[in-house]
Amino acid sequence: MIDVLIIGSGGAGLSAALSAKEAGASVLVVGKTYPTNSQTSMAQGGMNAALGNMGEDHVALHIQDTIKSAHGLCDEDMVRQMCGDAPQTIAWLESIGVPFSRIDASGAVGGQHPTGTVAQRQMGGASAKRACYAQDYTGLKILHTLYDTCLKEKIDFMDEHYLLNLIVPEDTIKGATFLDIRTGEVKQINAKSVVMATGGYGSIYHGFTTNMYGATGDGIAAVMRAGGAVSDMEFIQFHPTALKHSCILISESARGEGGYLFNEAGERFIDELKPRDEVARSIFSQMQQGQRVYLDVRHLGEAKLMELLPQEVELCKLHEHVDPASELIPIKPVAHYSMGGIDVDHALEVNGIKGCFAAGECSNAKVHGANRLGGNSLLEITAFGRFAGENATKHSIYASSKAADDAQLQKDRTEIEAIFEKEGNTNFYSYRESLGNLFYEKVGIVRENTQLNEALEEVIAMQVAHQQMGISDKSQTNNQNLIEFLEFKNALLLAPTIISAAIARDESRGAHYKVGFEEENEDFKKHFVLQWKD
Amino acid sequence: MQIKILRSETNTHQSYRLPAGEIPLLSALVYIKETQDATLTFSAGCRASVCGTCAVRVNGREELACAYKVKPGDVIEPLQYHPVLRDLKVDKNQAIATLKKGTTWMQQFQEASLSHEDEKRTEKQTDCILCDSCYSACPVFAVNPDFLGPFALTRAYRYSEDKREGDAKTIIDNVQTNGVWDCTLCGECTAVCPKGIDPKMDITMLRGTSLQHGHQDPSFSSQNFGGPDFGGGGFGFDPNGGF
Repeated sequence: MIDVLIIGSGGAGLSAALSAKEAGASVLVVGKTYPTNSQTSMAQGGMNAALGNMGEDHVALHIQDTIKSAHGLCDEDMVRQMCGDAPQTIAWLESIGVPFSRIDASGAVGGQHPTGTVAQRQMGGASAKRACYAQDYTGLKILHTLYDTCLKEKIDFMDEHYLLNLIVPEDTIKGATFLDIRTGEVKQINAKSVVMATGGYGSIYHGFTTNMYGATGDGIAAVMRAGGAVSDMEFIQFHPTALKHSCILISESARGEGGYLFNEAGERFIDELKPRDEVARSIFSQMQQGQRVYLDVRHLGEAKLMELLPQEVELCKLHEHVDPASELIPIKPVAHYSMGGIDVDHALEVNGIKGCFAAGECSNAKVHGANRLGGNSLLEITAFGRFAGENATKHSIYASSKAADDAQLQKDRTEIEAIFEKEGNTNFYSYRESLGNLFYEKVGIVRENTQLNEALEEVIAMQVAHQQMGISDKSQTNNQNLIEFLEFKNALLLAPTIISAAIARDESRGAHYKVGFEEENEDFKKHFVLQWKD
Repeated sequence: MQIKILRSETNTHQSYRLPAGEIPLLSALVYIKETQDATLTFSAGCRASVCGTCAVRVNGREELACAYKVKPGDVIEPLQYHPVLRDLKVDKNQAIATLKKGTTWMQQFQEASLSHEDEKRTEKQTDCILCDSCYSACPVFAVNPDFLGPFALTRAYRYSEDKREGDAKTIIDNVQTNGVWDCTLCGECTAVCPKGIDPKMDITMLRGTSLQHGHQDPSFSSQNFGGPDFGGGGFGFDPNGGF
């Protein structure tokens, strides 16, 4: 039996795998794609650590900024741990070869220490230049270096396996069931500990998100079905600057490096370096007034743009037909990051499921609270990914090695067979699109109770309609139609948790903003925790 | 407009009709799957040229589906030298295994204070997204399936040139067999890389470093001294013939 089963092979999963292996555990990483395909590759701007390479900075300031941005909803102990771990996490990434951008030693305050020349940039809501970066490919380069290191450490991978359910007899994890996407076979993998590293649920906003197609919250839905808790589901971060027509992300570092926001009247309307919730709302309000909104980086000059933001320049040219060196970039805010997720304790163990840990965007370790700071998600996946791997290993030492029976496996096999057998199916893709539209319109940047209630009714209607939906591709092998159907089912399971928590929260706090309740209310300075009880 | 896609079940090109207008190929594939044919199978991820999932061949040339704008009459096929799992979806495990064979990772970390110039030396190489376009375009695989291939060699170069690497020799040693000397320097990899990486140049540089570490071009030695075959010639093909 495997000691530590890691579900999800992005930055959090790979960090967990490396630390669990280092701690002596046998490790298996299972993911629905290949590791380097994961959404971590899309993180652009940077990773926060109070190194002070570009001027004075302290861990205490990093903690302070993070707590401020969280609007009272973070766990300060967890924030302290994450920010405190940041410098040593950068040192670890340095030791495995992450190619961070550099400044010359003569200009570095950090001096001769190996990480002393790691360049750091300004991000929104930060009181210092704190984000370590690798041009605007920070996530890509961290992810690939983690992957290379996993190959070095002979970590076992099972690619293209889709998580179906966790096996949790008597509140303790015993493994999970998966659909082998290539063969169509339903499999059971037994393990003493499990780390969930399955990513966020931004893709519920289908068509209005920077997220990749697969960011459907599969792991969070599986935890819910297994009786684990989820929390803060209503807190979804909208990134201020996605390309207007394609929703492709333009990194916050574009503003950090000095970019301006303009409306079509040519006015600047917000301090661009405010936290994302404030900037996104301010852009949304301009758009409500019929204004188009643009990001302007022309004054940075072509040479600096190619040095600092090469990826952005390419993406703007390709998807928006705009050259940022000479033209304005049309933008709009779209769903970007889910602050909420699997509710975990101080050891990152899932509340309600012993031996199951969660790290990264799928988890709610309460470090981001009501609004995440740019540069804190890459930090969370690496620092807490490693922490989850260590804790999962510790749990595995004393966990029983008696495997669970195959009850869940049989149940899941029957369910998959039933999906194949169903005839006369309604096409679910149009519903996936409707759900995205519905969420952007009624569960978006500015919320309102009447609209939220309408959205809830529509989602319930979709859940009813879902019984008539199915797949038209009946192939047993490599059936992407089936995978997308299962992903949509998870989205429909999570959708009401987001809406009902948003309805219950009659206040405005961080990313959750409600008309009629525009202020923070002390009575709501709490987490909404949801858990299914049999 | 109409495009044709190679379907694996029938091994024929199937025509699909798309609305007029400029869209990325990936959006076209998603549109077909959602509205016309749910059995059409392909891989998709970030839509932004960075996850490496969606590379295919368009009219015989490797492209990221998310970054290629569809034109009437385009013929879409899966990557070459990868087992096709279904339609445009391929098995990448064999290609990824070249990273293990080439041991393309930090062998032994040594502390080094890197400068801005050091960052620039391998900045491009670390833009690699493992989309496998270069692997598909590389003609050496037609004759030597055991070739390490462009992306693994670029990655070998990237680590071997890192000042923090205390044991570059191991990497260099591990890219000799079916490696740097088997490349024909044809430049197809460089031509198709969506990130503008130049594996041909990286391989040329690796050859130089290999000589410094005491290795030599095996075809040179075999031609002149009739020595043992160090690889590359095992398939009746000498990529360096004529050099």
